[in-house]
Amino acid sequence: MALAAKDLNVGDTYTECLVEDLTRTQIVMYAGASGDYNPVHSDEKFTKEMAGYPSVFAHGMLTMGMTGRMITNYVGDGRLTKYGVRFTSQVWPGDTLNSTATVDDVTDGIVTLSVETTNQDGAVVLSGYANARVD
Amino acid sequence: MAVNKFPVEGSHIMMFARSIADGNEIYYDEEYAASTEPGRVIAPPTFAQSSAQFDPDYFLRPKIGEDWFGSGKEATGIKREAGSGGGGGGGGGLHAEQHFEYHRHIGPGDVLTAEVKPGKTWEKEGKRSGKLVFSETVTEYRDQNGELVITARGVGVRTERPVDQ
Repeated sequence: MALAAKDLNVGDTYTECLVEDLTRTQIVMYAGASGDYNPVHSDEKFTKEMAGYPSVFAHGMLTMGMTGRMITNYVGDGRLTKYGVRFTSQVWPGDTLNSTATVDDVTDGIVTLSVETTNQDGAVVLSGYANARVD
Repeated sequence: MAVNKFPVEGSHIMMFARSIADGNEIYYDEEYAASTEPGRVIAPPTFAQSSAQFDPDYFLRPKIGEDWFGSGKEATGIKREAGSGGGGGGGGGLHAEQHFEYHRHIGPGDVLTAEVKPGKTWEKEGKRSGKLVFSETVTEYRDQNGELVITARGVGVRTERPVDQ
């Protein structure tokens, strides 16, 4: 269902849990579907010994994709006109992510949202914005 | 990356939606999708990124008969010193930002092209990873009629050393 401008107020929020205890398998699924096979996302040996990280970690685009699910669940299908993010911290296997959209503005049939995804420690892993058409 | 032919297909959209744990039926059930406002299966908002599958030269996909930098018997399949070569993300640095502008929502049957234009580059001193070199690319996705459907802007970053945890 799409949103109606008359029902929206600046400061309204919508929150979803994106994932609990992120699995390596989910990350591998993202690699396979997206075509980004960078070993830092699936190859523990390479990642520890060559890249210098404690374990494999999620594609930023997996976090952006899951955050996009929260946004489309809120604004409705086919309503997005813009969606952009900055990746501010890495996401690791075992992480639990929550994501919130906040209404910043509603003008001329377009809602502007600020978007933030945080991990179980409260660290922001993704921050961004989205614009969507509203009724 | 430039992509001459990115056919948007239903099974690819379904697998992509599963990979981001999105169970929305509009991504795989034609009958359900027909009852929605878009009226057909559409792709999730970040699906265009999977155009990498259709870039013959995409450097983060192993190529038949070529060495791959991930592990086999050894930690890497190509000769290179640990921690050298920019570090921070293995093959391609890290993804710093991604932005999409949707001119039309794509779905199965669309056949896209992707044209990549280099953008700005800049440097910054990072607290957790030394010098950071950012580079931007703008990708224009056009459909079978030459209409612009998505404009994407990505920013990648190469770090001097792996990001401190």
